Amino acid sequence: MSNRIAKAFENKKAFVGFLTAGDPAFDASYDNIMALINAGADLVEIGIPFSDPIAEGPVIQGADVRALKGGMTTDRAFELAAKVRSQTDIPLVFMTYLNPVFKYGYDRFFGKCAEIGVDGLICPDMPFEEKQEADGIARSHGVSIISMIAPTSEERIKAIAENAEGFLYIVSSLGVTGVRSEIKTDLSAIMESVKKYSKVPAAIGFGISSPEQAKKMSALADGVIVGSALVRLVEKFGENAAPEIGKLAKALADAAHGA
Amino acid sequence: MANSKGRYGDFGGQYIPETLMNEIHKLEDAYEHYSKDPEFIAELDRLNREYAGRPSLLYYAEKMTKDLGGAKIYFKREDLNHTGSHKINNVLGQCLLAKKMGKTRIIAETGAGQHGVAAATAAALMGLECEIFMGKEDTVRQALNVYRMELLGAKVNPVTTGTMTLKDAVNEAMRDWTSRVDDTLYVLGSVMGPHPFPMIVRDFQSVISKEAREQILEKEGRLPTAVMACVGGGSNAMGMFYNFINDKDVRLIGCEAAGRGVDTGETAATIATGTLGVFHGMKSLFCQNEYGQIAPVYSISAGLDYPGIGPEHAYLHEIGRAEYVPVTDEEAVNAFEYIAKTEGIICAIESAHAVAHLMKIAPAMSKDDIIICCLSGRGDKDVAAIARYRGIDLHE
Repeated sequence: MSNRIAKAFENKKAFVGFLTAGDPAFDASYDNIMALINAGADLVEIGIPFSDPIAEGPVIQGADVRALKGGMTTDRAFELAAKVRSQTDIPLVFMTYLNPVFKYGYDRFFGKCAEIGVDGLICPDMPFEEKQEADGIARSHGVSIISMIAPTSEERIKAIAENAEGFLYIVSSLGVTGVRSEIKTDLSAIMESVKKYSKVPAAIGFGISSPEQAKKMSALADGVIVGSALVRLVEKFGENAAPEIGKLAKALADAAHGA
Repeated sequence: MANSKGRYGDFGGQYIPETLMNEIHKLEDAYEHYSKDPEFIAELDRLNREYAGRPSLLYYAEKMTKDLGGAKIYFKREDLNHTGSHKINNVLGQCLLAKKMGKTRIIAETGAGQHGVAAATAAALMGLECEIFMGKEDTVRQALNVYRMELLGAKVNPVTTGTMTLKDAVNEAMRDWTSRVDDTLYVLGSVMGPHPFPMIVRDFQSVISKEAREQILEKEGRLPTAVMACVGGGSNAMGMFYNFINDKDVRLIGCEAAGRGVDTGETAATIATGTLGVFHGMKSLFCQNEYGQIAPVYSISAGLDYPGIGPEHAYLHEIGRAEYVPVTDEEAVNAFEYIAKTEGIICAIESAHAVAHLMKIAPAMSKDDIIICCLSGRGDKDVAAIARYRGIDLHE
């Protein structure tokens, strides 16, 4: 399964896009994800909305509210991912909080991921120390649990990077997700440390919104992750966001690929 | 009772974003060090005695005992503490710890406003910057407490996300903490959240049962039949239970907020209606739907209006050491009025949940039985809400 993830980072810097499943509705979010892929995204993170997303800023919180109001559930998110998978071979990963996964049942959740062709899971509230309870089950289904490294990780980088699977999510800044005008963290120092211990590619996310930032960040890492800037277009254009998402995604993908 | 990874059985843990992990480990180390430091212990003890007014009284409620006609009833009067609730016990400890760790700012969540007021008080005393996160709904329900916190120099941030109540205030405090780990300590108000918070808060609150145990032995020469307290996240209950856990014959009874009833969907009774989950940093029991979405909960009491319960309570429940019972709004309001008229005590609506259950069980017990019920706070803050519940149009 992870072959798909590795391939996304082969011979180029990867552009990773995030959108929330069911935001603002099932069909529109399918169109948005396809627009993202057709514009050149190398990997798509599909958010399963959660009632209390503690690592998200206001933009993605808004997406979670809209999606849950629209009736999105874990089962419907699987349906959406399956529909996307029928159209593409690029890697798909879910991004959600641990409770929806725990409640669904680890074996049932990762089994379903494998069956549909979802390659990984990002869980911001499952740090390295708490990963074991799900990790073995995920591995047995060939699904990667993507680990995160933060500006505060310091000496923790070694253990996290050595055990990383799929790719590493490098959190650019303190705080929650959201558009930032400036990223102050010394990311080259973090990347140097990551590269020393990790066998998997590393992509930088949190706060990246413009092609200029995407280019700058891609130059430091193996790829960039953009979420809030895309979700903001859904907030603004509602059911008709797909063309706008396509436009921004193309600019971001070109910037990342050119870095 | 927590093991090295902060587990109570399978409950507990540290399910938090990577950004906070190093900070939470630093907090573990600092607490490990200072909780054994004679200077820290002496300083906290002095604050407890000379600032908070400890020890709190163990009061024999003679009229209620006679009127209910069963067990002998004692109240542990946490309502008489400085700031009017048990919350001061925890904030003095945590703010002192924050100072020792070199922090200059604290943040806290609050539901009823009791923890927020206590945190703002301790921050003022110790010269720490203080920001409080409070659900917008609660800032309206508890407008006086908002102004109280501002008087104490704190900034109150109304939280407009989600259900705009306690859980959303916790979300927002956690978000703030991830953006300012360097200078800030999150002073959590209950025995919940990631390890070491459930342990730290329990330890600072355990002064309640430490005193109560000594006081009852002095007054009665024997241990009580039961100790009881209201439970939201569960800090006053854990404080009331802790030093009795090893006294196997002492019943431990936690009283949850059932709201309009455990079958109505408008409830906050986690043990009665919750299921196993992972939220707010801990594995515990939560009110949630089949997909793990956290449920909106309801109680007349803003302080018990929380969809989860601390991991040590979930464990005490699982092993059968403590009993947990649901108490409705109506029962709590009746108890609120009863204890006011019978004993001349206006207690917090939270505490009234425990009083309500006490009124149910005491008459069936014998005169040789002793119950200690924790009055976690005073009820001044609730008077207007109770009046409105009774159909009187009274606003603060």
